[in-house]
Amino acid sequence: MASTPRDSSKVDFAFAEKRRDTDHESFLSHARMRWLKVSSAICLIVIVSYFLVDVEPRHNGGSWYGYTLGTIGAGLIVWLSLLGIRKRNITDGRWSLKAWTSAHVYLGLALIVVGTMHTGFQLGWNVHTLAWALMMLVIVSGIYGISVYAALPRSLSTNRREMTRGQMIEALAAIDRQLEAAAQPLGRSESDAVIAALDQDVFKAGLLARLTGSYPRCATARALRAFPEGSLNKAEQKVASLLSRRKSQLSQIRRQMRYKALLQVWLYIHIPATIALIAALLAHVISVFYYW
Amino acid sequence: MPDQYRVAIVGSGPAGLSAAARAAALGMSHILLEKTDHLSDTIYKYQKGKHVMATPSNLVLRSDIDFDAGKREFILDTWDTQIADNKVNVRLNSEVTAISGETGSFQIELKDGETIQAEAVVMAIGTQGNPNKLRCPGADLPLIQYQLDDPGEYFDEHITVVGSGDAGIENALGLAADPAQRNVVTILNRRADFARAKAANVALLEEAEKDGRISVRRETSPAEVRENELVLETRDGQETIKCDRIIARTGSQPPRGFVEGCGIEFTGEDRGAFPKLSPSFETTQSGIHVIGALAGYPLIKHCMNQGYDVIEFLNGNQELKPADEPILADKFAALPGNRSVDEWLEIFRNNITILRELSPLQMRELMLDSDVAAFSAGEIIFVRNDPGSSMFAIAEGSVLVEVNPDDPSVTVPIEQGSIFGEVGLISGRRRGSTIRAAEPVVTLELTRNAALKLLATVPSANRAVNQITIERQLLQMFGAGLTSQDVAELVQSAETVEVRAGQNVIEEGGDDKDIYVIQQGSMIVEKSLGGKPIFLSYLPAGSYFGEMAVIDHSKRTATVKAAIKSEVVKFPGEAFTRLLDRNPKLRERAKADMASRRKVNSFVEERKESFSSAVDMYSETAKFLIDNGIGEATDVLLIDETLCVGCDNCEKACADSHEGLSRLDREAGRTYAHIHVPTSCRHCEHPHCMADCPPNAIKRGPDGEVFIDDTCIGCGNCQRNCPYGVIRMDPKPPKKPSLFSWLLFGAGPGPGEASYSWRKTTAEKRGLEQAKLAIKCDMCAGIEGGPACVRACPTGAAIRVAPEKFLTFTKLAEDVD
Ligand SMILES: Cc1cc2nc3c(=O)[nH]c(=O)nc-3n(C[C@H](O)[C@H](O)[C@H](O)COP(=O)(O)OP(=O)(O)OC[C@H]3O[C@@H](n4cnc5c(N)ncnc54)[C@H](O)[C@@H]3O)c2cc1C
Ligand code: HEM
Repeated sequence: MASTPRDSSKVDFAFAEKRRDTDHESFLSHARMRWLKVSSAICLIVIVSYFLVDVEPRHNGGSWYGYTLGTIGAGLIVWLSLLGIRKRNITDGRWSLKAWTSAHVYLGLALIVVGTMHTGFQLGWNVHTLAWALMMLVIVSGIYGISVYAALPRSLSTNRREMTRGQMIEALAAIDRQLEAAAQPLGRSESDAVIAALDQDVFKAGLLARLTGSYPRCATARALRAFPEGSLNKAEQKVASLLSRRKSQLSQIRRQMRYKALLQVWLYIHIPATIALIAALLAHVISVFYYW
Repeated sequence: MPDQYRVAIVGSGPAGLSAAARAAALGMSHILLEKTDHLSDTIYKYQKGKHVMATPSNLVLRSDIDFDAGKREFILDTWDTQIADNKVNVRLNSEVTAISGETGSFQIELKDGETIQAEAVVMAIGTQGNPNKLRCPGADLPLIQYQLDDPGEYFDEHITVVGSGDAGIENALGLAADPAQRNVVTILNRRADFARAKAANVALLEEAEKDGRISVRRETSPAEVRENELVLETRDGQETIKCDRIIARTGSQPPRGFVEGCGIEFTGEDRGAFPKLSPSFETTQSGIHVIGALAGYPLIKHCMNQGYDVIEFLNGNQELKPADEPILADKFAALPGNRSVDEWLEIFRNNITILRELSPLQMRELMLDSDVAAFSAGEIIFVRNDPGSSMFAIAEGSVLVEVNPDDPSVTVPIEQGSIFGEVGLISGRRRGSTIRAAEPVVTLELTRNAALKLLATVPSANRAVNQITIERQLLQMFGAGLTSQDVAELVQSAETVEVRAGQNVIEEGGDDKDIYVIQQGSMIVEKSLGGKPIFLSYLPAGSYFGEMAVIDHSKRTATVKAAIKSEVVKFPGEAFTRLLDRNPKLRERAKADMASRRKVNSFVEERKESFSSAVDMYSETAKFLIDNGIGEATDVLLIDETLCVGCDNCEKACADSHEGLSRLDREAGRTYAHIHVPTSCRHCEHPHCMADCPPNAIKRGPDGEVFIDDTCIGCGNCQRNCPYGVIRMDPKPPKKPSLFSWLLFGAGPGPGEASYSWRKTTAEKRGLEQAKLAIKCDMCAGIEGGPACVRACPTGAAIRVAPEKFLTFTKLAEDVD
């Protein structure tokens, strides 16, 4: 039923739009897959040239071709590591971390080809292969990373049900307060079960529990078993229903912790392995030049 | 006690104190009457330890008592001592209930039944008013209080909060916040819903109710207050609950009623109006003077200066120049001609039509909030598409409007005395055209607040601006071919209509034939398809609608309703038809608009048949976004939760690019279809936060951002007024060690906002000032590259959007899964 303002600004609006960065696409498809294309091109060139270039007696890191790939690979590794700094150094300027991550992922994958072709498949038990293996470890953890980045945010969002972390904890604390009051009239063994449930520290969970979301020693679940359906008086019924509310609140928190853990755990390999990789790479480069 | 005082001063805020101190210094017989049992109740009620600001810094203080920026406690102590030292005659616990009489003999009645006689009265009662009392038996028992200073000081109590507004809800939440206090908190609401409170507060309350932290009693009101008990009137009869304390937050009565009861006239009907005053602060009731916040000067320094001035005037001092004289002289220094402040004030008042009715006092006040400038012929005053919400008036000379963006030589003149730039003021949108000086020009630029105050207080100015606005909006909307004569008939028959959020302006199937222009706010267009209302499009201010029915004589094909509280101008269809008949070119344009709009509608309709669920989803999402304030936004941060990994790098980046505090809470806020609207500024077209800022510190900047400048006094009004909860009050944190010293040596708290305890202890260690100020998103104005939250998102989940671009079918269909 209408028309929008005719004079709506072309030039300045475009500028404001650019400032806003409305282009709504994920890091994987950033700029119409620019970095996937770049990375594929690199891989293609490396693979084709690997078979075209004739190195005697066979491909290895010490040939001119090997040196070229080695230099490119080392450069890439250094640049990929800088993502950790870019992410935290919020300077002025037209950079976008999304673009960096996009390039990081695709160029990081290209390293499989660049690094491996650099070795000429001459692997063994030495510092050189250690560097390669660490590189592959970083890359594999990165692949895990993007797969959880792609899969889990939806579940994280759905599980949250618009609640913040603080609100979830607060909701649990509110149930606990009610439980404490409601448990007063209970008998000794039942109230012990409730106390045990309240005393258990929700956030003291092992890595395994966090990652799997299974808590076999959950005192709330155990306490709930002390109140079997059917034989309950009014006070016990109230406690039982509070306990099951507590349990479902706990599951929300635990699912939240699980998704967060799955989204983060790989960084505990990715980053330390990156540091180890840089050390190994340094050792590799120095030893190569030393024995030249 | 003398039979009759020379002057009675009512209210002991900064204004009243300063007046009384002056009277004491001059040896004038006086009495200072204060309602409460202490001086200066408004400041007494500030939060403990609040850092009180002394803005504007360029205004000199003229008073017999001291005031400088500092802690609330220190200021109150200083005043107490100085008032005693100066032998000011204070009478506490003396609420004035009525004033009668005339110059020379006023009778001032007090609540305790006493009457005071005075020759003149100075009213300095501020704007806080009186809290509404409970209206039930027992309403004067001591367990009732009307204010809650520190929710942390009550333990093991049954506390009932009465009132369903934000104040009541916030008090209840505060009392129930810490379980260790073991309070049993109940809140009573007379109605079934909490319509008067902010959505965010209601959500928190409902949350707390679900968790059992607060007992929320709806459709319940207090029936009787007893010692330790409260009788409730509920839907199912009376009920008695245990109650140790009642906090009544049922709003307050503004002092206007009392003031009018003394025979004093106000400048207008609406809430923003002030008493009419002469240059010596005298009201329409001669002998009674009004100063301070009640007179429209909401800062302590202004109040104190006026207290001094009013007594000097009463004492016969006619030479006294107002304290703002040097500030005005400074302002006018930039203008040509070497004229005095008074001369300039007269020029502005005489030459500018809408200012003619102002008193010299009002002129001065307006000038303080405005800017003056001189331009030479040909100089640009503002450029098309500049954001700007100020209004200009021409004091000398004339200007040219470049009506055709592609050809600057096509211009329309605006003459001396008239105004321009009013569209930005009214609609909150960018400047429609470039304006340049036709000859040497002197302009007055009224800030948004000054202009709104003027329009609210001077009805003739309001009418004039409204007419001009409508005419120019029509001309701008319908293109360059039309002239004022062409639209004169429409302008004459225009009627401005206010619409509530959600109210229909036109209804599908109706056969009314008016056409509308959105002056303020925004509309959504809906059509009922398969029994459900389907969102068709979003119309920002400056659009027109309803012409379809006029052009092809059809019934209304869709419903248009207000997305937020809006103002539309209604024109009769016949007048529009006649305009089209006279202007074939305009008819063509209108038809083209209509066709393109039809295309969108039929596109959505088609989709509805084949992809019904996708269209429903789109429609629901659009509604969700509008419910969350996108309808009044100019730029808003959204988070696509299918991409968000929860790393909070957006918050960290925000803190690190703004002195270490994040202006954004990613997790909080509503979500629909995985689109999340975090707690972050929407940069509203008509920002609620600007409404009531004593130092006028909230402004719109060059990129359209709404920001708070460094004259903020930390009063917290903006925080309370923002319906989206995006303003926080915090002291500026100490500087952190650099990123590299953190990376390499673990120095400092690392990237992002430092913990509260780190900020507090470090600031204490370094002896930094800890004044709490209001902070909010400034859209990273001045930072190259734009908003840090978006730049720092590793996955592309964070985007910033403008509603008119985002709320379209194509955009939502591709962005929502
Ligand atoms: C939270 C907050 C923070 C603020 N921070 C600052 C700041 O940092 N710097 C700044 O410059 N300004 C600040 N302001 C604004 C400033 O406090 C007010 O503008 C100022 O107090 C107004 O002074 P006043 O003398 O006009 O009235 P008030 O200070 O409101 O004083 C009015 C007095 O009159 C008494 N009274 C009312 N009715 C009657 C009656 N019928 N009979 C007898 N007595 C009566 C009241 O009890 C009160 O003591 C702040 C305001 C608020 C709400
Ligand atoms: C040798 C190669 C690589 C190196 C040295 C490397 C190094 C790094 C470093 C230092 C970070 C910063 C982590 C942080 O500070 O939070 C990072 C992040 C990341 N890397 Fe890699 N990486 C490599 C390969 C890859 C590959 C192949 C992938 C994907 C297939 C990948 C995916 C990611 C992702 C998704 C992130 C997280 C971005 C974020 O959340 O901010 N990386 N990497």
